[in-house]
Amino acid sequence: MNDLIQMTGIGKSFAGIIALQNTSLAIRPGEVHAIIGQNGAGKSTLIKILTGVYRRDEGEVRMNGKPLAISTPREAQDAGIATIYQELSLVPLRSVTENVVMGYEPRNRLGLIDWKAAHARTREILARFGVKVDVTRQLGSYSTAIQQLVAIARAVSLEAKLVIMDEATSSLDDQEIETLFSVVRNLRESGVAVLYISHFLDELYRICDRVTIMRDGRTVATHDVAQTTKLGLVSEMLGRDAREIQAVGLTALSGGHGQPGEVLLEAQDMRSRTGLRGASVTVRRREIVGLGGLLGSGRTEAARAIFGLDPLTGGRVVHHGGVRIDNPAQAIALGMGFLTEDRKADGIIPHMSVRENISLALLPRLRRLGAVDRARERKLAQHYIDALQIKTAGMEQPIRELSGGNQQKVLLARWLALEPEILILDEPTRGVDVGAKFEIQSIIRKQVAQGLAVLLISSEFEELVEGADRIVVLQDGRSVSELQNPGVTEDALIGAIAHQHERNVA
Amino acid sequence: MTQALAQLQQRFDPSRHGALVALAVILLFNLAVTPNFLQAQTLFVNISQVATIAIVAMGMTLVIATGGIDLSVGAIMALAGALAPLIFLSDFATANPALGLLAAIVVPILVALCCGVFNGVLVTYLNVQPIVATLIFFISGRGLAQVLTNGNLQTFSNPSFSYLGTGKVLGLPFQGWLVLVIALVLFWVVTRSVFGRQLLAVGGNERAARLAGIPVNRVKIGAYVICAGLSGLAGLIVVAINSASDAARIGTLMELDAIAAAVVGGTLLQGGRAPIFGAILGAVIIQLVKYTLLANGIADEVALIAKAGIIIAAVYLQQARKE
Repeated sequence: MNDLIQMTGIGKSFAGIIALQNTSLAIRPGEVHAIIGQNGAGKSTLIKILTGVYRRDEGEVRMNGKPLAISTPREAQDAGIATIYQELSLVPLRSVTENVVMGYEPRNRLGLIDWKAAHARTREILARFGVKVDVTRQLGSYSTAIQQLVAIARAVSLEAKLVIMDEATSSLDDQEIETLFSVVRNLRESGVAVLYISHFLDELYRICDRVTIMRDGRTVATHDVAQTTKLGLVSEMLGRDAREIQAVGLTALSGGHGQPGEVLLEAQDMRSRTGLRGASVTVRRREIVGLGGLLGSGRTEAARAIFGLDPLTGGRVVHHGGVRIDNPAQAIALGMGFLTEDRKADGIIPHMSVRENISLALLPRLRRLGAVDRARERKLAQHYIDALQIKTAGMEQPIRELSGGNQQKVLLARWLALEPEILILDEPTRGVDVGAKFEIQSIIRKQVAQGLAVLLISSEFEELVEGADRIVVLQDGRSVSELQNPGVTEDALIGAIAHQHERNVA
Repeated sequence: MTQALAQLQQRFDPSRHGALVALAVILLFNLAVTPNFLQAQTLFVNISQVATIAIVAMGMTLVIATGGIDLSVGAIMALAGALAPLIFLSDFATANPALGLLAAIVVPILVALCCGVFNGVLVTYLNVQPIVATLIFFISGRGLAQVLTNGNLQTFSNPSFSYLGTGKVLGLPFQGWLVLVIALVLFWVVTRSVFGRQLLAVGGNERAARLAGIPVNRVKIGAYVICAGLSGLAGLIVVAINSASDAARIGTLMELDAIAAAVVGGTLLQGGRAPIFGAILGAVIIQLVKYTLLANGIADEVALIAKAGIIIAAVYLQQARKE
C-alpha cells in the first residue's frame, strides 16, 4: 500500500539542543495512526514540522510519493493536512461559524462572504457530530469540549486528507469522547487518515490501527495496535523493562494516608456567579483532599473562589490565620499556591526564562532594595530544576521551548518555591506523559508527607482514588458527598457521582 | 575566519540586530552624500533633537511592554510645555526667581504624572482599551493647554530654564546626558528591579501574572505614570530649546515617533519585552532619517513616508523570526 505521508530522516534542533534525530513516520491513507511518547520525546515537534510551524533541519517529507514543501500552516491546510492542537487555537470572541470557515469563507457573486451558506455548512457539519449549538454565538461562550469539536469541524470542513489530533480528548467528558470517536471512525471510513496523539493508552486500543512510539527525539518502533500490549508500549516509551514497571504500580500518589493535622482552611457553603451553589470543603495539614465530579460540576470554580480569584456571593472561606482572602496576592502571602489547569493561558509567561518563571510568585520575598536578589533567585531556580528533574538547556532557556510536561514541572516549582501551606492542584498531570506524571505525583506525595495540604482536582478517577485521603464530590456547584480513604474504589467514586445524579432526577 | 563568519551569521538575529544594520546604512549613506555630516555641529543638532523622541520612546516602551499603548504623550508634552512659561512668567516667579524656576519644572511634571495616573486608572480599574483611554488626553490635553494659554504663543527669555534645552555639559547638549541617565535608570528598572520583572510578566501573560500574585493594576498604572512623567519632561525640553511655547505645536505627532522608535528598537507590540536601549536606537534612526532627508533638501512630507517605510521594515523583521 502506498503511504499518504512519508517522513524520513527528519532532524531538528533548537538553539543547539537536539529535538529530533533521524525520525521517520509513515501514515497510510484511511488509517488512524497513533504517536505516543513521553513529553519531550519530540511528538509535538514532529507534528509542527509536518504542519509547517517549524522548519526541519534535515530529512524529507513526501505526500502520496511526491516531495512536500510546506513552510506555513496555511500551505499545510491547502495540502489537506488539518491540525487540532492540544491547546486550542481558535478565536473565542468570534462566532462558531467564523471559526469554522475562517480563511475559507464561502463567497457570493459580489465576492462578499455568504453568511447564510457559511452558517448552514457549519450547522450541517456540527450536526454530523451530534452537536447542536447556535452557530452565530461567540465561540468563547461555549465549553472547552464544544470548542474542541468546533476545531475538529473546521478540519472536516476543509476536506482534509489527514487530520492531526493532538490531545484531542483531554478536555472532553466520556460522552463527548464517544462522539469524537464516532467522528474519527467516520473519517476513517471516508478514507481520511487520522494522526492521533494521546497520553491515554486506553483510547489507543479503542480507536487506533497502528502506533508509532517516540523516545528522546527518535522513532523507536511502529506496530499494529492489535499486536501490542499496554505494558509493552509503556516499556518502549520509557525505554525500561516491562517487569520493572509492573512492580511499581500505575500512579505514584498512593502510599500516604497518614494522620492529617489541624484544619488549615474551611470553605463553607460557597456561592458565586461562576456557578457555585453551596460548595463546602475542609483542608487539613498533611492531607490530599480530592474534588471529584464531572466536567462543569464546579471543581475549578471552587478552587478559584478559595484562591480569591472570583468573589463569593454567599458563604465564606475561613483561613486559620483569620484573614479574608480577596485576591491571589493575599492568598499567596498566606502560603497558598494554585497550579492551574490551563498551562498556556494561566500559567507560563512564554517570553520569560525558566528561572524567571520559577521565581514569579516569590518576587516579593526576593526583593532587596527594590531589586530582585539574583544570586538567591539563581540558587533557587537551580535547586528546583535539579529536584524536579526539569529537562532544560539551562535556567535561561525561554519556557516556551520546553515540552508540556517540563513546563508543568516549572510551574509546580513556582509554587513549591513558596514553601506553601496549601497547594491547589487543578489537573496537575493533564497532558503530561506517563514518566513525568509519575514524577509529579511522587513530588506531591513527598511534600504532603512533610506537612503540605493539597486540594486536588483531577478528571482521572485513578489519580483521585489512589491519591486523595478524602474526596469531596461536587455536582452542579454543590458538594453532595464525601468519601474517606482508605476504602475508596473507582467504582465507589463513580457510584457517588452517579448516585447523586439519579437522586436529583428522582 | 570563515568559521568566525559563520558563527557571526548564526548569532545574527534580524529582530534584534536589524536596527543596528539600518543605523550603519544610514550613517554610511550620510558620510557619502550629506555635506558637512562629520561636523560637531551636526552631532549637536541631532543629539538635541533626538533627546525628546528618545525620552518619550523609553516611556512608551514600558507602556507597550505591558501590552498597552499611550497616544497621549504628545498632548501631555504640550500641557507641560504650556504650563512651564505660565509659571515662571508669573508675578510670583519674578519675585522669587529660584523658587519660580523650580516650580516651573516640578509642577508641569507633577501634572503630567497625574495624567498618567488618569490613563492608568482608566486602563486598569475601568478596563478601557488603552488606545481609547489614552485617546481622551490625546484630544483634550492639547485643548487644555491651548485654553490655558488662550492659544497664544508664549515667548520668553529665561536662561536658567533654557539650560534644559540649550545647556552643554562636557561639550555635549545637556539633554543628551539626561537621556543617558534616564536610560541607565530605566535599564536597571527593567532588568533588575522587582517592578521591572512584574512589568514584563504582566505584558507576557497578564492572567498568569495575576494568579502569581502580581499587583497587575498597580504595575500597569506605574508604566503609564512613568511614560506621562517622561512626556512632561520632554515637553519642557522642547519649550526650553525654542525659548517659546506654542501649545498647538509642542509634541505634535510625537506619539507616532515614540511608537515607531519603540518598535524599531525591538519592542513587541503584544507586550512582554522592553528593550530600553533599543528604544534609543530606534529614536536615533528616526531622527537620522529625518535629518538626512532634510539636509539633502527633501521635503518634510517625504520624511513621513520614509518613517512609515522604517516601521514596516521593523515589523517585518519582527514577524520574520521563525524557529
